[in-house]
Amino acid sequence: MTSGSGAPRIGVVTFPGTLDDVDAARAVRYAGAEAVPLWHADGDLKDVEAVVIPGGFSYGDYLRAGAIASHAPVMRSVVDAARGPRKLPVLGICNGFQVLCEAGLLPGALMRNAALKFICRDQWLRVENADTAWSSRFDTGAEILVPLKNAEGRYVADDHTLDELEGEGRVVFRYVTDGAQDGATNPNGALRDIAGISSADGRIVGLMPHPEHAIDPLTGPTDDGLGLFLSALDAITGAPTLTGASS
Amino acid sequence: MARVAVDVVIKPEILDPQGKAIVAALARTGHPGVSSVRQGKHFDLEVDDSVTDADLEEIAENLLANPVIETWTITRLQDADAPVAR
Repeated sequence: MTSGSGAPRIGVVTFPGTLDDVDAARAVRYAGAEAVPLWHADGDLKDVEAVVIPGGFSYGDYLRAGAIASHAPVMRSVVDAARGPRKLPVLGICNGFQVLCEAGLLPGALMRNAALKFICRDQWLRVENADTAWSSRFDTGAEILVPLKNAEGRYVADDHTLDELEGEGRVVFRYVTDGAQDGATNPNGALRDIAGISSADGRIVGLMPHPEHAIDPLTGPTDDGLGLFLSALDAITGAPTLTGASS
Repeated sequence: MARVAVDVVIKPEILDPQGKAIVAALARTGHPGVSSVRQGKHFDLEVDDSVTDADLEEIAENLLANPVIETWTITRLQDADAPVAR
């Protein structure tokens, strides 16, 4: 379904405490889609063809980051649409990633950074799987530079889950640690340097860094992040670059 | 009415950097004998008599704790102010 303008409709969710919905909507528009605001208390997804859960501090991060938001009316609709026959593509960025994990759409959890510091910097990521609804515009192995800004970005899951993610190619983005100083590994202690993962069918992706802040060199470190949103457009319009969404 | 305590702690195999920071602070404040601290959450619930143990288990598992990273214990407390506990 498309709007009168014919552009694909991508929803951008706002919870109380969401910060990055404006930039996420801008990234959606840069990619050529119509950004449709979705409100946390409203379960109506307004015929969108994909959804972005942006970053911030939904519900003040009370209880656990993303925990309260994962039970909001809009999330019940997102979960149903993502798991249902539509296989709605969903991208969770930072707090949005935390929400997707809390909602059970993605495995694992995000915990306090190992060094207990809020990290705000530009971060190199390696694209490990260019076969998802949100990464098909990249080449596998490509390195992209996007901002990272969070206090609770340490991805954890049990070994079985981690092995499963690796085995199924569901680690989509990994922190680039080559050349790190002082033997340092990744920025936050994330297990296996995981920055972002996907669902088994590649339609749902969550990552801690912020591609929506890197869509124009005028306002971000690069325009590398735009690739995620362009990928989603391909997934919506059925462009042939996407091959991983059939399972 | 009854009072219920739910205590949530991070699973032992998962790094708790806040706990480690507390151990370091204890050593600095003259308590070097404490070798481990695990930080958790304590919830005090007041529930009416219709809330069953199964309800409490669901509350803990689905909201108060994240089973991926945390374990929890549920304790029904006797409350002197309550006419009939449970």
